Amino acid sequence: MTVPLEKVGEEMILNMGPQHPATHGVLRLVLQLEGEVVKRVVPMIGYLHRGIEKLCEERTYIQNLVLTDRLDYTAAMSNNLSYALAVERLCGIEVPERAQVIRVIMAELSRIAAHLLWIGTYALDIGAITPFFYCFREREKVLDMFEMISGQRITPSYICIGGVRKDITPEFLEALKSFTDTFETYILDYEALLTKNPIWLSRTRDVAVLSREEAINWGTTGPVLRASGVQFDFRKATPYCGYENYEFEIPYGTNGDCYDRYRVRMEELRQSNRIIKQAMANLPDGPILADVPYVVMPDKSDVLTDIEALIKHFKIASGAFQIPKGEVYSSIENPKGELGFYIVSDGSSRPYRMRIKSSCFVNLSTLPVMIEGRHMVADVVAAVGSIDIVLGEVDR
Amino acid sequence: MGIESHLGIVTTCLDKVVNWARKNSPWPMTFGLACCALEMMVTVSARHDIARFGAEVYRGSPRQADLLIVPGTLTKKMLPMVLRLYEQMPEPKWVIAYGACACTGGVFRTYNVVQGIDQYIPVDVYMAGCPPKPESLLTAIMKLREKIDRESLRDRG
Amino acid sequence: MNKRELFQYVRSASPVTLEGARECPDCVEVRVDAKDLLSFMRFLKTNDVLAFDLISDVTAVDHYTSRKPRFDVVYHIFSLKNSQRIRVKVAVDEGESVVSVTSVWRGAEWLEREVYDMFGIWFDDHPDMRRILMPEDYKYFPLRKDFPLEGIED
Repeated sequence: MTVPLEKVGEEMILNMGPQHPATHGVLRLVLQLEGEVVKRVVPMIGYLHRGIEKLCEERTYIQNLVLTDRLDYTAAMSNNLSYALAVERLCGIEVPERAQVIRVIMAELSRIAAHLLWIGTYALDIGAITPFFYCFREREKVLDMFEMISGQRITPSYICIGGVRKDITPEFLEALKSFTDTFETYILDYEALLTKNPIWLSRTRDVAVLSREEAINWGTTGPVLRASGVQFDFRKATPYCGYENYEFEIPYGTNGDCYDRYRVRMEELRQSNRIIKQAMANLPDGPILADVPYVVMPDKSDVLTDIEALIKHFKIASGAFQIPKGEVYSSIENPKGELGFYIVSDGSSRPYRMRIKSSCFVNLSTLPVMIEGRHMVADVVAAVGSIDIVLGEVDR
Repeated sequence: MGIESHLGIVTTCLDKVVNWARKNSPWPMTFGLACCALEMMVTVSARHDIARFGAEVYRGSPRQADLLIVPGTLTKKMLPMVLRLYEQMPEPKWVIAYGACACTGGVFRTYNVVQGIDQYIPVDVYMAGCPPKPESLLTAIMKLREKIDRESLRDRG
Repeated sequence: MNKRELFQYVRSASPVTLEGARECPDCVEVRVDAKDLLSFMRFLKTNDVLAFDLISDVTAVDHYTSRKPRFDVVYHIFSLKNSQRIRVKVAVDEGESVVSVTSVWRGAEWLEREVYDMFGIWFDDHPDMRRILMPEDYKYFPLRKDFPLEGIED
């Protein structure tokens, strides 16, 4: 029995997820296939919708800091930073310089940790297992540093409203120095494994192309936007935490394919390392918390010895502080893109409305544009991985 | 009663052998919900090395897995999928509730979050933390091994 | 172009009457009527001086009983050229609908779906108006102020 050479068969609906090794969490993709070619892809999200925005309306501003860790949980310090900046802008709080530099160090370490996780898991999706072990080895060093400074690896809640929770110790600086001194050699290791690898190139080159116009029209931000040829970064365009004082480049791509997104993130590792070295060299002395009574939590050692600090701590913890009435939208360059907080305050200690703008949510909506009609099932895995989504942030 | 009392010594030895085999190779399913999944992934890496316990073989399909580690928040939208996955796993199977959200709902007492997976599926080991360190997952697996040791073929088949 | 210049330019060059305009500490904020929304958004995007090409966010605020109309749909749009942001607000009452801006910025597609899912505000001319985060058959709108945090058992 011979099979005629023209296309036979009908279209097939294939369900991918929500439990799937390569969907990076609980994402469901419904694929309409003609053979192996994807005619239509419908992403379905909401399987990790925890109601964080509603929960924030019932908790005080201090308590909400803890919830922000759980958004993009691969880079929790960045989320803390975005939230703290939004509330500080609303209240008009000036953060001391030492705290600003520490915040920059933490944000860039988060960026390194997030990108290392991404490279490891993306390579695992494509089929390469060695980068996973290598990247997690370095990521462990970063997480150890977070644990040294805040007691927690993944969800530190270290950057708080008004500054940072505790001052950095000499042991931390020593660990940071040894990390930044050797990190460049490790980046070369990852590149040696992947960048010129023929299998990697054929799996990621010209796959899931997003043109420059499409990227801007669809509102993408972060490495997805930069890989499509837009040299834009919120750290340079709307600087915060003193980023205007640091020298760093913004890597961008030309093709807008998966390979360019990979190259952009690799280069961002180098730039983040560069920023951390500059920050370490220019670390000023001084306080780490702004002295704004009844909004900024006082240092724990003062609380245990001074009655005034104890009263302030009690008032803030029991929610008896006042945030000025108003609204603010503040966003930063998270490792995945723009993480924005739109806070509407009615003058009480709880936000009236806390909106979390998530870059992964908007970036994921471009998946049909990248895939439909052009690529096959295996490329869907490469495309989803290259957008770098974290379902905690997509679903909130 | 019956055959068990005459062949008691045989079934006890058989129990020991079977339990030894089961506890030394609990194959988990790749099932990551939220932040705790990151710590679960890290246990596979060389530093914590879950392979010591025979559990590095993460199976994608529930039909081939023994152990369901639930790391992260279970939402009401995801609940039917978890139930279906649990039912598709063949016996013997065990469940570890990893992290505060899986144990009791965690920080999220909201409209879409299940307040503890034990409301719907039986849990063998609870591991609290937010997220618990990878060493905690290894502790949970060690506790599970102790539990498996106490099982007998009569209970599970 | 700084925030002050942007504020003055938007007020002077707008093709529609602005119901309100002010310069907030974080960005310029304007309020327009629902019927003028689409033409104002097109103006923001196509005007060469403003060039608001990147849609940052679409969300809503529920004023519940403290104000009628009940909802405010809030748009945040960013200009890559000027590195400035603008906030546009539209008042919508319960049961009313708003025109979708997906014809101006495709990125608003999922953001508007989320506003419908959470608040129940319908967007006309939207290519795919259905729930996105909650299950398709969910009966309630969670972010409304009259919906309890722990949900309604049914």
